[in-house]
Amino acid sequence: MRVPDVLERPVAPAGRIVEIDERAVRRTLLDQVARLEGELASVFCATWPRTHMPHPTVGGRGGGPRLLSLAELEELRDELAGRISDARRALSDRTWVEDSNRRLIEEMMLEPKRHKWRRISAEDIGEPGCKHWHVRPRFGLVGMLMNWWRVVISSGCPLAT
Amino acid sequence: MTELELDLVDGWVERDLAEEFPELSLLHTWLDVRPTRSPPEVRKRLRMLADRYTGGKVVHMRQDPVPWAYRVFSRQVGIDPDHDRTPVEAVALRRLKQGGLHSENIVDDALTIAIAETGVPLIALDAAKVDSALGLRLARPGETLDGLRPLSARQLVVADADRPVAVVLGDVSRGAGVTPETERMAVCALGVKGVPRICLEEALWSAAETLYTDASA
Repeated sequence: MRVPDVLERPVAPAGRIVEIDERAVRRTLLDQVARLEGELASVFCATWPRTHMPHPTVGGRGGGPRLLSLAELEELRDELAGRISDARRALSDRTWVEDSNRRLIEEMMLEPKRHKWRRISAEDIGEPGCKHWHVRPRFGLVGMLMNWWRVVISSGCPLAT
Repeated sequence: MTELELDLVDGWVERDLAEEFPELSLLHTWLDVRPTRSPPEVRKRLRMLADRYTGGKVVHMRQDPVPWAYRVFSRQVGIDPDHDRTPVEAVALRRLKQGGLHSENIVDDALTIAIAETGVPLIALDAAKVDSALGLRLARPGETLDGLRPLSARQLVVADADRPVAVVLGDVSRGAGVTPETERMAVCALGVKGVPRICLEEALWSAAETLYTDASA
């Protein structure tokens, strides 16, 4: 192929209006919103049962169910993407802390005397329930004096009164 | 008990709406039922349904295909499904908050059971107050629901030939809703992308069977 063949391009006549297929753009945006909603749902479910974590929510556009304008659809798509990103980061940070706590429980079990009085709950490792791991002296005061420590695992929630 | 037969009718969808949401549909059927108190077996069915819900199940419901499809549709039409719940999630949330699904009347109970079992949103309209040509369209400028509540521009509504009778995934007009005097009603199921037609049919059949439980008792 000769160079001029590549360089010579047809020139659009001045004043020509380029028509944008808005329907195709809208369909793409709707598909993106659908995909992002799926991701938002999966991030939300991944946070369960961590009740204290902020839930990734994106507010409605107002005015009830209606056909959104192109700008509103773009805004919605961007907001969803932003919220998912924030939620994933928060979940990642949280799971890092939970992994550290799991390792700590293993260390407590192996060497309780190095973790005197330390207490880790099920919530600290992202699990439901009231279970907790507590390093306490064996035989109370005697254990404290003799440096006999052990991990006490409590399970079950207190009965409702 | 006689064999139940349903005449399922596809409602019309206005062109603008069909172009935006090609798989949007309104399947409905007409039933000769008078709203009464629910018989014991329907109340028992509600109790059994309520027992199937757990917190974890409700949380993960949004990932099930049918509830997810309605969440997506809600989002696409500008509703936050975490605030204005889709009907199936609203039923689940009601179950968690109230500790059960309490019986109201045969119509509401039938819709609750069908929505909870299939995930498909249903509404009931008084056949005497709407005409037979039900469908989906966008609200026209200046239109209202009940003549009182103004509708947003391009709002999605269920309409008959003359006027909007309900907001999609929202309120039913008082002038078209079922009352104790109703003798015949239209039960409508909203179909969106990702929900097979058989789910809509199942929802209507489920509602009709519950509604006719009373008649056969």
